[in-house]
Amino acid sequence: MAALLLRSLVLLVAGLGLGLYLPKWLQFMLTMALANGLVSLGIVLLMRGGVVAFGQGLMSALGGYAAALVFQHWGITDGLVLPLLGGAVALLITAPFAPLLARYRGIFFSMLTLALSMVGYGILVKTESLGGSDGFNMGRVTLLGQTLADDQVGFALLAITLGLAVLAGTAARIYFASTRGLVTRAIRDNELRVEYMGGSVSQTMAINFLMAAFLGGMGGALAVMALGHIDPNFSYWTTSGEFVFVAILAGSQSVVAVMLSSVVLEVVRSFSSSYFPTTWQFALGLFLLLVIRFLPQGLGSLWQAKQPKAAQEDRP
Amino acid sequence: MSTHPLLQAQGLNKRFGAVVAAQDLQVNIRTGERISLIGSNGAGKTTFVNMITGYVKPDEGSIHLDGLDITPLNPRDITRLGVARSFQIPQLYPSLSVLENMLVAQTIHNQRLSLWRPANQASAVEQAQAVLARFRLQQHQDRLVAELPGGLRKLVDIALAMMGSPKLLLLDEPTSGVAAEEKFPMMDTVMQALNDQPLTVLFVEHDMDIVSRYCDRVIAFYSGRIIADDLPAVALANADVRRYVTGERDPREATHA
Repeated sequence: MAALLLRSLVLLVAGLGLGLYLPKWLQFMLTMALANGLVSLGIVLLMRGGVVAFGQGLMSALGGYAAALVFQHWGITDGLVLPLLGGAVALLITAPFAPLLARYRGIFFSMLTLALSMVGYGILVKTESLGGSDGFNMGRVTLLGQTLADDQVGFALLAITLGLAVLAGTAARIYFASTRGLVTRAIRDNELRVEYMGGSVSQTMAINFLMAAFLGGMGGALAVMALGHIDPNFSYWTTSGEFVFVAILAGSQSVVAVMLSSVVLEVVRSFSSSYFPTTWQFALGLFLLLVIRFLPQGLGSLWQAKQPKAAQEDRP
Repeated sequence: MSTHPLLQAQGLNKRFGAVVAAQDLQVNIRTGERISLIGSNGAGKTTFVNMITGYVKPDEGSIHLDGLDITPLNPRDITRLGVARSFQIPQLYPSLSVLENMLVAQTIHNQRLSLWRPANQASAVEQAQAVLARFRLQQHQDRLVAELPGGLRKLVDIALAMMGSPKLLLLDEPTSGVAAEEKFPMMDTVMQALNDQPLTVLFVEHDMDIVSRYCDRVIAFYSGRIIADDLPAVALANADVRRYVTGERDPREATHA
C-alpha cells in the first residue's frame, strides 16, 4: 500500500512538472485524454466482473450536465468541487437502475446500458431548458477561490484532472487488490460458485456499476470544464463506443494502461482528423484490430506479464 | 460419532412434471456420520442434495438443520448456517491461482467484503494455506487453477467447500473423472483432511469400492424413493440395491436360471 501511494505521488509530481512545460494544445489534449480515461476506467472496473457497459457515455453526460448546471445556476465554480459533484450526481441518478442491471450478464448487460444511454440522449435532445441538441456553454472554473488567468487555465485544468485521475487510479488499484475486488474476478470466472459459497453476486455487480457511474460522472465533468461546452452527444452511442475502445485497448489488468490508451486515442483522433479527416475511424479500427490480434489482454499485459506474480498488485 | 441429529428430512416430495424426483423421503443424519448416497442416474440423489442446499424447494415436507427449519431459506442463508458442497464437475475460478481461489472462499464465508481491505492479508493467507496443507495442495498454491490436472481440481473444489468450516459437507461424485489409480489416494487425502474436523459428510458416489471403503452408512435411491438405508455391507447386499443400483443379479435368481 505504501509503495503504491509513493508511486502515485511520484507520478503526480512528475506529471505536474512535465505539464508545466507542455504547449497549450498538448495540455488540453492530455486533459481530455485523462478525463475520458476516467470514464473508461469505470468500464474496466466492470470488465473485471465480466461485463462491458456500452452506455458509459450516459454517466459522462450526467456528470457533465450536472457540473455545467451547478456552475451556471448555483454559482459553484470551483474546479475541484465540480468533478466530485458530477460523479455524485451520476451515481445518484443511475443508482435506481443498479439492482436491475446487476441481474444481467454479457450482451444483455451491454445492451441495457446502451439503451439507458440512448434514452438519456433522447431526453437531453428534447429538453429545451438544457439547450436541446445544441447544449449550452459553461464558463471558466475557479480554483480554491482564485480566478484563473488565460495563461494559467490550461495548466490548472490539467493539474486538476491529473490529480483526480491519480487519486481515482490509486483508489481503483486498492479496490482491485481488495477482498471485493478479488470476488469481482471470481464472479467473472464462475458466479455460480460464488453464490454457492454464500456470496451475493448481484450486490458486488451493483457496487461496481455505481463506482463506474461515479468515475464516468467525474470524467464527464472534467471534460466539460476543459471544453467549456456540453451537449447531448456526450450520451450518444458512438461516444460510449470510444470509451469501450479505450477499455479494450487497455485491458483490465492495469490502471495506467487505461490512461495511456486514452492518450493513444486522443493522439490518433487528433492527428488522423487533421491529415485524413474523413477516414480517421479507419485508422482507429485498424489500430484496434492490431491490438486485439497481438495483445488480446490489452496494453496493460505488456508490463503486467513481465512482473512476477507476487509483484502484481491486483493479484492478492 | 454423536447421536445428535444434525439433519432431519421429513416427508420430502418433489415432482418435475410427470417425473417423481423425491417420494416421501425420511432421513435422519447424525453429527459425524460419513454417508454415501447411491443410485442410478435420475434416482433422486441430486434432487435430495439440491433440496438440502436450498436450490430446489420440496413440494411437501421439511428439512431441519440443527433443529432449525431450513426449508424456506434461500441457498445463501443455508450456506451460512454451515452447509457446503463440492461439485461433480469442479466449480472453480480458473483464471485465479489456487491460493486466490481459497482467499475468495474465505472472504465470502467470513463476510469480509471490503472495498479497501487487501485480500492477501497475512492472517487470511495463513488460514488458506493451512487448509491447502491439509489437502496436500500447498505446493500448488501459486499455480493457476486452469493449469491443474483433473484430480487436483477435485481436491481444490473440496478444499474450497471446507474454507467455511461447515457442519455438513456434500460431495457430489468426488472421484468422477479421476483416473482409476488416483481414486483411492485422492479419497485417502480427502478423508484424512476431513477427519480433522467434527464434520458430517454426505457423498454421492457411483464407485461401490469407494462407498464400502469410506462411508459408514449407505442410503440407496431408486425412482425418487429410498430403497435402503443401512451399514454399507448390509445396504450393498440388499436385493433391491443389487438389482436397481449396482446392476448385479441376485445370486438366488442366478441359481434358479
